[in-house]
Parts: sequence; C-alpha cells; structure tokens
Amino acid sequence: MSNPLAIETQDVRRIYKIRGPKTKGEPTTRVALDGVDLQVKRGELFGLLGPNGAGKTTLIKILATLLLPSSGTARVDGFDVVRDTEEVKRRISMVSGGETSGYGLLTVEESLWMFARFYGLENKVAKDRIAAMAQIMGLEERMRAKISDLSTGLRQKMNFIRGFVTDPNVVFLDEPTLGLDVQAARDVRGFVRQWMDDHPDRTLLLTTHYMAEADEMCDRLAIIDSGKLLVCDTPANLKRSLQTEAVFNLKVAPLGAKPKDGDLLEAVPGVSRVNVADVNGHTELALTLRAEDALPEVLAYLTRRGSSLIALEKREPTLEDVFIKVTGRRLDQAADAEKAAE
Amino acid sequence: MTLVQRLHNIPAVNQSPALRAFVTAAWLGWQIESNWARPFLFAVYVIARPISSVLILVIMYSVITNGATGEPIFAFIYFGNALYILVNSVVTGVSWAVIEDREHYRVAKQIYTAPMNTYAYLLGRGVARLIIGSVSVLITLTFGVLAFRIPLDINVLLFLAATIFGLASLSALGVILGAVTMQTARLQTDLGSLVSGGLYLFTGAIFPLDVLPSWLQPVGYLFPVTYWLEVTRRALLGAHAARFPTFAAFSDWGLIGVLALMTALLWLASGWVYSAALRRSKEEGLIDIETNF
Repeated sequence: MSNPLAIETQDVRRIYKIRGPKTKGEPTTRVALDGVDLQVKRGELFGLLGPNGAGKTTLIKILATLLLPSSGTARVDGFDVVRDTEEVKRRISMVSGGETSGYGLLTVEESLWMFARFYGLENKVAKDRIAAMAQIMGLEERMRAKISDLSTGLRQKMNFIRGFVTDPNVVFLDEPTLGLDVQAARDVRGFVRQWMDDHPDRTLLLTTHYMAEADEMCDRLAIIDSGKLLVCDTPANLKRSLQTEAVFNLKVAPLGAKPKDGDLLEAVPGVSRVNVADVNGHTELALTLRAEDALPEVLAYLTRRGSSLIALEKREPTLEDVFIKVTGRRLDQAADAEKAAE
Repeated sequence: MTLVQRLHNIPAVNQSPALRAFVTAAWLGWQIESNWARPFLFAVYVIARPISSVLILVIMYSVITNGATGEPIFAFIYFGNALYILVNSVVTGVSWAVIEDREHYRVAKQIYTAPMNTYAYLLGRGVARLIIGSVSVLITLTFGVLAFRIPLDINVLLFLAATIFGLASLSALGVILGAVTMQTARLQTDLGSLVSGGLYLFTGAIFPLDVLPSWLQPVGYLFPVTYWLEVTRRALLGAHAARFPTFAAFSDWGLIGVLALMTALLWLASGWVYSAALRRSKEEGLIDIETNF
C-alpha cells in the first residue's frame, strides 16, 4: 500500500456528556480528547502512555470505530473511521486488558472459532490458525476448557489469540497486561514483540500506563494527559532530551514543617524539577538538576529543613522523568487527579 | 452433516457477511439457551414450562365457566395463548441479546468491531429462542388437542404463509426493540418483555379485539401480531375460529395480504431504526457501556 501511515488523526476532539443528576454549577460535559494529531507509520509498534482517564481508551475506541469523534478526522490503514467503517473493521482488531468478558459457557476453542467466523475466516483456515496460535501462547491444553474456568492470565491469552488470529493489519492493544501476573505479562509482551518481528508490515498501537512496558516495547510513543498529546518520539530520544540535566533519587529523613514561601526546594538554585513523596516514614525526592554541582545546595537546604540524607542515587533519566517534565507531575499523581476530575 | 455445519463449511469468500453473522449468531444463541443445563433437564424445561403456563389459564377458565372447554371461546383463548409464546420468545430473544452481550458477557466491543452485519447478528441471536418457542407452541397445541379435544381443521398453505410472515414481523419487532435497548444505559428490565406483555392485551391473544372499547381497538390494528394471531387461528381451527372473528370483513388471504404488507413495512422500519440507533450509540458512547445491573 502506498500510504506510509497506518494511523492518522487530525485535530480529533471527543466530548462526553456527563450522565446522571448534577448539582448546580457542575459541568455537563467532559473533554476526553482535545485536538489530537497523531501519525503512526506502517510497521511501527507505537505506544500511547498516560494515566487512567487521560484519553487513551477513547482514542482507541474512535480508531476501532466504536465511538465517533466530536470533531476532527481519523484514518486507519488509509480509511476514514467514520465514513468507511466496514473497510476499517476488516483491517483491525482490538484486545483490551483487564477483561473478564467472554461467553463463559463456551469452550476456548468454540469461542475462538466463533470470533474467527465473525471475522470472515474460512472454517479450516480458522481452525488451523487457532491451533497454531494456541501452541504459541501455551494454551493448547486448555482449548476444551470453559472460558468461565480460566484464570485472568489464560483468559487474556485467549483474547490475544482472538485478536491476532485474523491476521489484522492494525492491532489496538488497550492496556494488554492490566491485571496479569509477572509471568503472564512477560508472555504477552514476548508474543507481541515476536508478532511484530514476524510481520514487519503490520502496525500495533499499544496503550499503557506502565512506563517500563512502554519503554521496553515501543518503537515510538506519545505521552497523553488530559486528552492532549504532549510529546511524541522514540523512548530513547525522549529520555535523551533530559540528559543535559542530572537526575537523582534521594531518600531523606522526613522534612520538617512546610517552609514559608520562597524557601521551597524548587527555588534552590540549579533545581530544575522535584517530586516529593512520603514513603514508609521517610521522604523520597525525584530530583532533576540543571547541573550536578547544584547538589550541595540541595543538601544544605535539606539540613535547613531539619532533614538528613539517608541514600542518594544518580540515575539515567526514565520515561517517568519525561512524564514529570511534560506534565509537571508523576504518572500516579496524574491518575489520581484524573480520577478526582471524573 | 447438519444444515448449520454445511453453511459453516462454505468458504468465507463465498458467504455474505450477513449470512455468516446470522448463522454463527444462531449457533451462539443455541449454545447460550441450551447449555445451561444437562440435556434431560433442558428437555423437561422446554416441555413442562409451556404446559404449566397454559394450565394456569385453563384452570382459571374452567373455574369461571364450570369446565366448558368444549366451547369455541376456549379454543380461541387456548390457541391465542399458545401462539403468544412465540411473541415472547422472538421479540424478547432478539432484544435481550443486546443486553446480554453488553452487560452480562461484556463482549460488545468484540462484536461491534467485527466486520460483520450486526443487524443479521441480532436476528441470528433470536433464532434459538424462536426454535425453543416453536417447540413450546407445538407441545402446547398438541396438549390442547389431546387433553381438551380442541377440534383441528388445518389449512396447511394458509398456516405456512401466516407463519412465515408472522415470524418475520416478530423478528423485525425484536430488532427494533433491540435498537431501542442499545440506547438505554440504565434499563434494568428487558424492554422486549415489557412490550410483549403490553401487546398481550391489544392483539386479540386471549379475547377477541371487539371486547375492547371501540377507541382502544385501533391500537391492535397497528400491530402485525393481531393479524398473525387471527389468520393462524383460522388456518388451524377453521370454522371454530369463525365464531369469534377479529377481522370478519377480511378473507383469509386478504388477511395474509395485510400481514405481508405490514411485515414488509416493519422490516424497512427495523433496518432504518437499527442504523439510526447504531449511529447514535457511537455518538453517545453507548455501545459498550456497562451499568452492572
């Protein structure tokens, strides 16, 4: 196909009506996506990283034709998601994490066969592909088990087979490792990476709020928060953008009383950004300095605040640091804020 | 090899998305309806349920009329009630599938992103209940004929025509209710049951339409169910049905004509309503909404 873009959105906005009774002055709408421009190239494993409620699932639902944008345009595999719904559906599949869904009374084999039929696969092709994928996912022993008897991990593996058995051009994975144990999550990530290696012309859009997952898997990623795409690049480039600065993790004794204005840690010369969290009786500081030689000033400040250094670690920037830089808060804090806003 | 298996074995490239969705959904519906119990228990359920339901009516009738089951009105009531099982089964079967997929099995995302004709899918989901309903009707009618000696006078051609158009109109009504159900995020009761319960009063199921006040009778004229019940009674009971005619001015085939016309209109309406409902669900974000009822 000549179009090098597998996914393209232009100024996509999505506004939800807020349902249920409202008190006076409460908003009646919520902006889930606010002018999203996104370009994903064919063959990319692209990540959307953001806290819960940032707009990731809304964007995926629009791309998967489950939801209409309030304005803007979106194209998948060259087709408009609003006008060419059926063409888009023929080329995509979607797997969501944390799903307890499924016709529990069907066996794994029956359910996969049924969805393969819904996707238009010929009977024999469907059965062959299901058997092959069950072997890859380590599910061949449980094909006759009822879905209701499967653990969350096995159910997610079954969902993966459903999503990939149709050999889609574009796959949407919405938080695919949510709720999985470490081994199951590792299996799933391994499968995805292998599938991309085996199918270099296919495209995969992954949403996650796990930084390490995004870092490990994605060719490129975008950080989304409050419905806006804030940055978009390769994980390496995003982290490299912080390497003019020095990043430290400090574990210190609890800080004393809150200082008066003007004596904040952020105001110490050389401090670029700081994130403070109280953990198990001590305080952890994620500190970004414009230069390493600002550290003595920081330690002096801590002494003034009645604290003392317990441990100090200089580290390479992570996507978490990138997230803090572009949003001004940590991912879990952003998630709490989004939850409160809902 | 069963018909369903033969249909499944047609390569997908030769099968329209609508036929593929319909057949596979019919298979799924049958699994859901029949898989909850062992086959023997399921068979007892299918046989005992309709007979016990109709017996309640028979006992009430017998108490009031002092056991006059030989009267034509008994045949009218008994057959109307038996046939009405299909209204419940088909209309409810289709609309309930929307709620089941969205709320109970939580598969709406997978269903509505699949490249298939979801209108045909919904119709297919109703097939299992149609089959079970048809078996129930057959059992109930047979029981009535054997136990109460209801006299049969069957016009096969008329019966087949009435059945085809009747089931088609009920299916279309089921899709319309399914489309409305898609819009109701917090509906905790099955709309299909509500509507089929309401139609029970206005379609001549258990009493002739002219028992209703004249200003209420036109409500019954609006629904194909009324015409289907009347013409099916005529097809099965012959002269016995003529004692309580609902549309005395219409000949048997005249009624079939009206039923066919109304069915065609209802099918057109159901296609339009379903498309509009699907679009609105996507606009409002209702397709996969879960209310955890």
